[in-house]
Amino acid sequence: MDILPILSTLRRHKLTSWLLILEIALTCAIVCNAVFLIGQRLQRMDMPSGVAEHELLQIQVADVTTPSNPYARLAEDVAVLRQVPGVISVASSNQVPFGSSSSNGNIRLDPAQPERTLFATTYFGENLVPTLGTRLVSGRDLQSDDFVDVETAMKGLGNGDSKSLPHVTLITQTLAERLWPGQNPLGRIIYLTPVVGLRVVGVVDSLVRPNAYDTAKAQYTMVVPLRMGASKDQSYLIRTRPEDRANVLAAALAALKKADPQRVVTTQRSFDEVRRKFFQDDRAMAGMLVGVIAALLTVTALGIVGLASFWVAQRRRTIGVRRALGATRGNILHYFQTENFVLATFGIALGMVLAYGINLFLMSHYELPRLPGVYFPVGAVLLWLIGQVAVLGPALRAAAVPPVVATRSV
Amino acid sequence: MFAYYLELAIRSLRRSPGLTALMVLTIAFGVAASMTTYSVFRAVSGDPIPWKSAKLFVPQIDNWGPNGRGSDGEPPNAMDYNDAITLMRDHRAKLQSAMYQISPSIVPADASKHPINVSGHAVYSEFFPMLDVPFLYGSGWSADDDTQRAAVVVISSKLNQKLFGGSNSVGKTVNIEGKDYRVVGVLNDWNPQPRFFDVVNSGGFSTGVEDVFLPFQRAITVGIPNDGNTNCNAVPTESGFVGLQHSACVWIAYMAELDDTAAATAYKQYLDGYAHDLQQSGHFGWAPNNRLRDLPHWLDNQHVVPSDTKVSLLVALGLLLACLVNTAGLLLAKFLRRSSEIGVRRALGAPRLAIYAQFLTEASIIGLAGGVLGLMLTGVGVVSVGWVLPKDIAALARVDFSLLTLTLLVAVIATTLAGLYPTFRASRVQPAWQLKSN
Repeated sequence: MDILPILSTLRRHKLTSWLLILEIALTCAIVCNAVFLIGQRLQRMDMPSGVAEHELLQIQVADVTTPSNPYARLAEDVAVLRQVPGVISVASSNQVPFGSSSSNGNIRLDPAQPERTLFATTYFGENLVPTLGTRLVSGRDLQSDDFVDVETAMKGLGNGDSKSLPHVTLITQTLAERLWPGQNPLGRIIYLTPVVGLRVVGVVDSLVRPNAYDTAKAQYTMVVPLRMGASKDQSYLIRTRPEDRANVLAAALAALKKADPQRVVTTQRSFDEVRRKFFQDDRAMAGMLVGVIAALLTVTALGIVGLASFWVAQRRRTIGVRRALGATRGNILHYFQTENFVLATFGIALGMVLAYGINLFLMSHYELPRLPGVYFPVGAVLLWLIGQVAVLGPALRAAAVPPVVATRSV
Repeated sequence: MFAYYLELAIRSLRRSPGLTALMVLTIAFGVAASMTTYSVFRAVSGDPIPWKSAKLFVPQIDNWGPNGRGSDGEPPNAMDYNDAITLMRDHRAKLQSAMYQISPSIVPADASKHPINVSGHAVYSEFFPMLDVPFLYGSGWSADDDTQRAAVVVISSKLNQKLFGGSNSVGKTVNIEGKDYRVVGVLNDWNPQPRFFDVVNSGGFSTGVEDVFLPFQRAITVGIPNDGNTNCNAVPTESGFVGLQHSACVWIAYMAELDDTAAATAYKQYLDGYAHDLQQSGHFGWAPNNRLRDLPHWLDNQHVVPSDTKVSLLVALGLLLACLVNTAGLLLAKFLRRSSEIGVRRALGAPRLAIYAQFLTEASIIGLAGGVLGLMLTGVGVVSVGWVLPKDIAALARVDFSLLTLTLLVAVIATTLAGLYPTFRASRVQPAWQLKSN
């Protein structure tokens, strides 16, 4: 099909053509960026936690009156939970992966260095590795004689007695690689304060922080052998089989209530819910963008249908003449399809430039990364397809114009 | 004359119902999408206390020094206990209050019922007049109650409903954490969004209602712990809630009312003087680095409006723009085809102005129809926002009268603008030339 006659026709409808090109360009630019934003969100929502999420439950309880010995109370609760049928493992923790609320510390590699090396999250709790199901890649797990009561540790910190402080820690592979790239982290010391130096005894595969807002720092995690007492900020973590979760949760709550009817359960959920809640904003944003893209593509398609129908109606006589001069239905059909293709190509070319500009703007204002090149061909193909689908109806109608029209006066 | 144009317009639109419907739909679509997003945006960026926000200030004191600052040199966004108490004691603002988040248990009088866990804040008496908190019954407590650490409480109407069946409970007692408190006031519905008085702990938004308010010093004395965030630059040397009070950890929100610029300047000088004294006495090894922001600037500084909302607003505006370009294209095609009609009218003596009037009437009818349909779609959109957005933000998105007016206005103005160029072209048509051909 010859493109030159199409171009010369379009030149006679300059403004309308330009508006259509502009619309395709706008759509292309917005769709490219929106698809990219959705991709970003989905990628974030896929962030690995390093724990057996489908097998875990979280329970938090609040006591009306503070128990006289919170450590004994915690041990009792853990013992009670272990007795519940279906429970594989129980741990207590000051925080949970993707739980938002977190405890963090500035860590240093040299106690004298003025600036922190980085800001890592600290898990305090017993039995965390087997319960969470994170894999130990080297070294050993924390043992019960590593653990120190938080009260004792605080006293030790006050009077400078380093014996009553924890001495060892577990860290993630990512943190180890960040602190000592390419070296063996076992036996190295991390300083939480100038006096609290923790020797790395084990490295776990992966354990995400509760406040994983920045993907790059999501795995800056340490597990410190501090024993916390029972309090409403402590979480009981229960590992069970995925299919038993609902039953085990109900039984565990009943067992805790039976141990002390006065207390209030403040949190009871599976880790699927924890993850869902943590990423709900990302999901919402992705949903909204999908809606906008659908709306935008629909509007563009309708616009193309409208304008193409209009042109077909306007050119009925010309079409009739062409048909009378021997053009086949296929020729007419192809004419309109090619015309649309040409317009779409112009629009897409302009849209790419615009998409890049929008991305630059978003990058400077909203800390977004650069738009990868792969989104450009995806956007282009999408718009070409939409254009071809939209123009098909009017083009078929044009092809149906009988040659006899040429003989009629207007 | 207008009635005549109206009739002409309707007749012309009826001639091509498909195209008309398309234009109306496009406008409606664009308007609905951008307005839905706008309503969410406005809900989350709205000024929670517009009549007073310029007079409310949040002081920040740099008690951590250069090591604790972020890369932007900002001091901590909350206060440690010592600074908050000193500022309260010096009492330099017209009204002020330190506050921290609490989550105590309430033990019902009926022993068969389970205790309930509520959330609230420990505040000073000036909190209530400073934030114009509305009361259903009673009032806040007095400055004397503050100093005497009185066992008094202000409860929400929701909690009042739960505990006292909604009756006037002033003077009755509530058992909080095992101790009796006298109810001095019951709040009317009060759920400001963003939760501006304690942005640091609520992240700005909260679906929960503040159920209890206790005197600050009372809560400290009986040891009701902080339920909000605690940020430490160094590990506290003592454990527990008392240890927290002796530490440089920050966990207390602070707000002060300062009526004019002079008062704000004086207060800033006072803060710097305070930090300077601490530097002189050797407590701070650094020069004063304080901040005093009014509420709107504070909310902006704390990024209370999620950047998601801003990006999606941009996307929605882009959608509106695409719809307008689309409508302009369709209108252009439609109007340009009517050159002969214009030629006849001009030849018969119609001035350019009359042509403008006629075509703009037609364009604005499309705009109006699109706007009205868009309005209905916006309603649907705002309702369905609840499916995709987190509940705490979606709950705030509402269609209200000003949004309604704005929707209609945007639709009509946008379509009229879109119709302007075609009309300009149409009215330029040379009558003689048009009459000659065909």
